[in-house]
Order: sequence, then C-alpha cells, then structure tokens
Amino acid sequence: MHPLGEKYIRKGTLPYLWCPGCGNGIVLHATLSALDELNIMDRIALVGGIGCSGWIPTYINADTMHVLHGRTIPFATGLKMSDRDRKVVVFSGDGDCLGIGGNHFIHGARRNIDITVVMIHNQIYGMTGGQVAPTTPYNGKTKTSPYGNNEPPFDACELARVAGASFVARWTTAHPRQLSKTIQEAISHEGFSFIEVLTQCPTQAGRVLYGTANAAKLLDMLKESTISITAAKNKSAEELQGKLLVGKLYHDECKPEFTSCYYRRNNAISSL
Amino acid sequence: MEQVEHNIKIMQGNEAIVEAAIAAGCRFFAGYPITPASEIAEAMAQRMPQVNGVFLQMEDEIASICATIGASFGGMKACTASSGPGISLKQEGVGYAAVVEAPIVIINVMRGGPSTGMPTAPGQQDIYQAKYGSHGDYEIIALMPSSCQEAFDLSYKAFALAEKYRVPVYILSDEIVGHTRERVKIPTGLKPVERKEPPLKENYKPYEAGPDGLLNGMPAFNKGYKILIDGQLHDEEGNRAAHLPEVCAGLTERICKKITDHANQLVDIEDSFTDDADILVVSFGSPSRPALSAVKEARKKGIKAGCVKIRTIWPFPDNVIADLALKPHTIIVPELNIGRMVNEVKRVVAGKCEVVSLPKLGGLLHTPSEILAEIERRSKVCTR
Repeated sequence: MHPLGEKYIRKGTLPYLWCPGCGNGIVLHATLSALDELNIMDRIALVGGIGCSGWIPTYINADTMHVLHGRTIPFATGLKMSDRDRKVVVFSGDGDCLGIGGNHFIHGARRNIDITVVMIHNQIYGMTGGQVAPTTPYNGKTKTSPYGNNEPPFDACELARVAGASFVARWTTAHPRQLSKTIQEAISHEGFSFIEVLTQCPTQAGRVLYGTANAAKLLDMLKESTISITAAKNKSAEELQGKLLVGKLYHDECKPEFTSCYYRRNNAISSL
Repeated sequence: MEQVEHNIKIMQGNEAIVEAAIAAGCRFFAGYPITPASEIAEAMAQRMPQVNGVFLQMEDEIASICATIGASFGGMKACTASSGPGISLKQEGVGYAAVVEAPIVIINVMRGGPSTGMPTAPGQQDIYQAKYGSHGDYEIIALMPSSCQEAFDLSYKAFALAEKYRVPVYILSDEIVGHTRERVKIPTGLKPVERKEPPLKENYKPYEAGPDGLLNGMPAFNKGYKILIDGQLHDEEGNRAAHLPEVCAGLTERICKKITDHANQLVDIEDSFTDDADILVVSFGSPSRPALSAVKEARKKGIKAGCVKIRTIWPFPDNVIADLALKPHTIIVPELNIGRMVNEVKRVVAGKCEVVSLPKLGGLLHTPSEILAEIERRSKVCTR
C-alpha cells in the first residue's frame, strides 16, 4: 500500500467499491496528499454524498459522515456551525451536488460558509447504472436519454461563482498534482470553496458518451479538452474553441465568511 | 411533597418549547418558517445568540434537519421544528438520524392535513407519521403535550431521552398548545441535560452497544474518536455492511428494540378517577383537557368515569393501557383525526372492553359537552 494509504486509509472499509479505471481513486489520493501537507487530520470533518464519489471520504480515517443524497452541504453546515475551528470538506457527485442537492449548493455558496466542496463530475449517474445527469452534454445518449439528451448541462463553476462562492476552481483527474494543490488551497481559504473535478467513468459515461471504456483514453480526452487558465491567456478565441478552462477560476479573499460573522455578532449579543 | 423553587411566566406553548430546549442545553436550532410553528424559529432566533448558540434559517426543511444532525455530531444538542408539510419533507432526515443514532429533537406543531391542509388549525393526524414516516424499520420516541406547562416539561425531557437512547425524539404539539398562552412554572436551577462522552480509546467502535441495545454516550467529531457515520447499514465500527445480512439484521433489530424493550421505562401517563371507573376516556395532547372536564362533569352526574392522558405516545404504553382496560366496560378515545390512536388502544385492550372512537376533524377541538354526551350515551348502553 502507498505510504499515504498506510497512514490514513480506514482499513476496515477496504476493498474499494469502485470499478477498475475509475477516477475516484485519483481524487482520494489528491485529497490525502492535501490533508497530509496541511497536517490537519484532527481538525477535519469529511462529508460524503450518495453516488460513487460520495464514498471517497469513507475510506479516510478521519471524522466522516456519509449522508443522504444531495444533502452534504446542510450536514456540513451543521458541523461547521457547531465548531468554527473545524474545517469541513464535502465530496459530492455532479448529480448529488447539482441535481437533488442543487438548492443546498447555491445557498451554501450564497452564505459563503467555510466549507470546501469537491464536486466529482463524471457527466452521468454512475452508481445507479448510467442515467442522464444535469451535467450530461446536450444530445448525450444515456439509459434515460436513449434518443439523446434534450437538456443543456450546468456549468457548475459559473453557478458557484454567481451564487456567491469565494473560491472556484476546476481540474480533471488528468491533473492530480494541480488538484491536490488546489484542494490544499481551498481548505486553507476561509469561505465557500468549490472545486469541480472532471473525472473519467469508464463503466458508464465512457461507454455510452465517449464510446470507450478505456480509462487511459478517457484521461487523454480530459487532458485534450481542457486548457489551463494561465495558458489560455495567450490564446485566440479560435484556439480556445471547445476547450474548458481549468485552474483557479475565481478567488476573493476579502469576502466575509458566514461562520465568523455569525459568531462575531453572537459574541456582541451574548455579552450584552 | 418536595418543594421545588420555580419562576412563573406567562408563555405561549411554542415559546415554552424554546425555553425548555435552552434549559436542556440545546445550542443549535435550524428551521424554516411554517405556520403554526414559526414562533419557535422566531424565539430561537432571538434567544440562541443570547446564550452563544446557533440559530439558522435554512433554505428548506430538509436542510434544517440535516444541519441539525450535523450539529449533533458536531458536539451540540440540537433541534428543529416544523409542522405537517415541513415534517413530511424532513422524513429522510428522521430515518437517517434513527439509523446513525443521532440524538436530536424534532418539534411538530401539528396542524390539519393532508398536504397544505389547514395551516392555522390544530390536528393530531401526524401521530403515525411520527412513528412510520420515513422508510424502513426504525423506532422513535414521541411525547405529546396538552398545555404550555407540559410543552416545557416534555421538551426538556425530550432532550434527556434523545441523549439516553441516541434516537430522534418528537414533540408532537399542536396549534392549540402552540398558540395558547398560560402559566408555566420553570424550576430554578434546572441543569442542562448531560451529554455523556464515550471513553476515548484506540479503535473506538461507535456502534458497539451494551446488552440493553444502547450505545455508550455520544461521541463528537474532532475529539479524537475518528468515527465513520453512515446512513447505509453498518457494523460496530461504522463500516458499510449492506452486503452482510446478519450485520444488517442485527442493526435493524437493535435500533428498534432499544426503544421497544424500554417501553415500560418510557411510560408517561396521567390518570384521574380511574380506580373505580366504568368508562375511561383515553386521550393525548389537546383533547385531554376537554376530556378531563367531561369526566369531572360525569362524576357530578354520578357516572363513574375516569380519564387517562398519554404523554409518551411512542412507544405506546401497551401494558399500562391493557391493565387499565380490565375494569371499565367502555374506553372512549377522542382525537383530532379520523380515528387513529383508537386502533392502538383496541390492539392492546384486545376485546377486554368496548373501545369507541370519538374523532374530530375540521380543525376544531372537542368541547367538554361532546365528550360528556358520549360518556352518558355509553353509560346508558352498557350496564354491567
């Protein structure tokens, strides 16, 4: 086992329940490196939603809640508000976060509460067998869009930003080091931080949306379809056509954070 | 009788619940506005900051109960409140709290249903929802106040029971109790309910239960326990066990039996004039007040009537009601629904006497004379 695994994996939970080639292991590894670098295990609370990626924190030997479908952010809100020194990290799939949990997502962002949301985006409901998601590309064929998806997908980063998140980033599982660094930065940030991680799902999205179950090919596609925000600066609109920006997309360090504002107000009231 | 020092206040039932929660040490409330429970959120918004607690108005009812459970594992005693439609929305959180054994208190200020129903009128239509509202097998505890005093006393007690049994506890109040203002005696020096911290040891197992099925205390996050809390059925360590039939069966059985096996300890009834009663009125919540008036009137008329008020309705006090049914020829059950709890009474009475339903719908409370009329009718029909 990898030394990080030896140190931090909850052995009783093994084996992993993910398919071969799944991107969730890459996100787990990136998270463990980030937590290790920050040396924050005693102060961290992890929350996982429902769906394949919701299992990520259950493998980590920390204080962890594996909660209800879509409800990660409300649980995280209760955890954060009951101990402001605690850092809370949420792992939520695209369906969990933007579909059934969409309302909680925008309100968490609006409050700018100090929670880090890692949204693992595979463009499909994988665990239930490959149904259309609010992130499935237009025309994408899935089990519940057999004639092609009739709905346009959400841009989760844009949604997070306009809703009020103060830290927004996007990476893919083809960028594990950058992802880990960004998770570190997001946890250190005081406020609602959102990281979208585009990930390969060989079993479901790979087969039906991209015609391949080959994880390596899918990772290549992720790499090819994205461009870092710094590299994009010198590119023409033509060159950026069809490319998704990755990197730190938005960071406002001055925006007031919900928990600290709440307790500051409370202290003033309770000392009256 | 022991003299307890107390303060007397005039309070609304909804306010009494808030004051009791704070006295019990509740420091977290998350809710969403809804009639006729909104005063609870309003009073919590006013009071929580004064005691350095947390009040959150969440984006919806589901978020409210989920934040409450999060705060409970976060280390605070926590509660949420709502009414019919909001309680329906909260049900997924109730099931989660039951299976992860989160000590939380849920206040339902019952109004008439179904659906949007009668927002400003009382009802007792949610008593089965409290017991069976979320999917799957689980048990909860539910307490029903009939006055502002009971709203205070039972709410304080609810937090103690939630901690002891590691279970969601319902306060099933109603619009009448919620909006009535009356005298409430608050004992001075009421101590907060204790939250017992489990001993911190290597390889602590969060779901290792004692022989009575109860867990030893309540661990909080970030205190060194490193616990995994999962709504999926889990083993003693908290690891998912959906693939292990014996573990799943054992957990389901334990979270049910830890409540039903303690049904006798949880009994909370008040009986009046029952020793020689031929006719018994069994009630709970608001109708127990006209019931007592009716029984007193019946006594004046020479009818041997008695009444029983059930304060812990779940688990149902099977044995006590079965014993009380030995003497009378008739039990009358007035309730603000189509006749629900009467079925529980029939079940435990098991034919030992006649059980009569006296339902009242439409958002009105029984008058004492309506209950008295039924007592008189039955006293004429059944002579033994």
